[in-house]
Amino acid sequence: MRKLFAPLLIVTAGMFAYAPIVIANTRYESTMFLVQKIFYFHFASWMAWAAAIGVCGVASAFYLFRGSPAGDRLAVAGAELAVLFGAFGLVSGSLWGRKAWGVWWQWDARLTMALMAELIFVSYLLVRKYGGPGAEKLAAGMGIFGAATTPFIYKSVDWWRTIHPQTSVVRKLGDGTVPDMYFAMLYCSVAFLLLFASLLTIRMQLEGRRAELDRLYLALEDPS
Amino acid sequence: MIRRAIVAMVSLILTAVPVLAGQQPATGQFLPANDLPPDQKLPAAPFLIGAYAFIWLALMFYLWTIWRRLGKVEKEMRVLDERQRSHAR
Repeated sequence: MRKLFAPLLIVTAGMFAYAPIVIANTRYESTMFLVQKIFYFHFASWMAWAAAIGVCGVASAFYLFRGSPAGDRLAVAGAELAVLFGAFGLVSGSLWGRKAWGVWWQWDARLTMALMAELIFVSYLLVRKYGGPGAEKLAAGMGIFGAATTPFIYKSVDWWRTIHPQTSVVRKLGDGTVPDMYFAMLYCSVAFLLLFASLLTIRMQLEGRRAELDRLYLALEDPS
Repeated sequence: MIRRAIVAMVSLILTAVPVLAGQQPATGQFLPANDLPPDQKLPAAPFLIGAYAFIWLALMFYLWTIWRRLGKVEKEMRVLDERQRSHAR
């Protein structure tokens, strides 16, 4: 894991350095113009968020049903990154909405469900920090249920038609009529997924060191 | 009691009049930001820069917290290691 971090970080940094050029070279969307360019980081943030939630959910299940300590470490790292990327998506979406819709926030199905998912993962971290003995298992249950919300959040814009664009917007971008926009979207998504992988690696390293520290404390207390 | 109800109703009507008078006609659907009169349009650049700046700053802050937490754990491990060595002697 540790060996992976440096090459991952170099590739990610390179991609992020070039991202402004890719975004600047895309054409303007015909109704929103400049502000639509928030889309590239906004969409990519939610891609990384989905990856983080998926990792947290699967790793939580491994910890809960198989008792894997590595699963627990992976789950807590995933939950923290889910909160981070969720904040990116919510804040960038709010800024975009203020200009495009005229409001900072709209209590529509997609936005409300995304906020609820964000709060679930904030609660996960709070339970882990202040829950006391056994909190890991309780948090693992929250991680699984938090991950289960993802497909509902994704499909919410198709099931409940509100102000937020439908999932078909992304499919339409891929039909070949706007290759520059589609490329920028894919480029930023890959950059964010690599960023997620880099952060997950370093965050796992932190959890590994903490586990080692706990072992040292136990060894000191009970030398036999 | 009747007097109080009348006062309450009149107050409500007087409050509602300016609110209703100030309302824009209902469009039935949301109005695209592009169709707004020029004096009501917001400039796009601050929102675009704000969104990208927030992501960069939050990311830098998160990386700093990881670096700080790792440093704290490493320091604690060094202290424990030294304590273990002194116990062994």
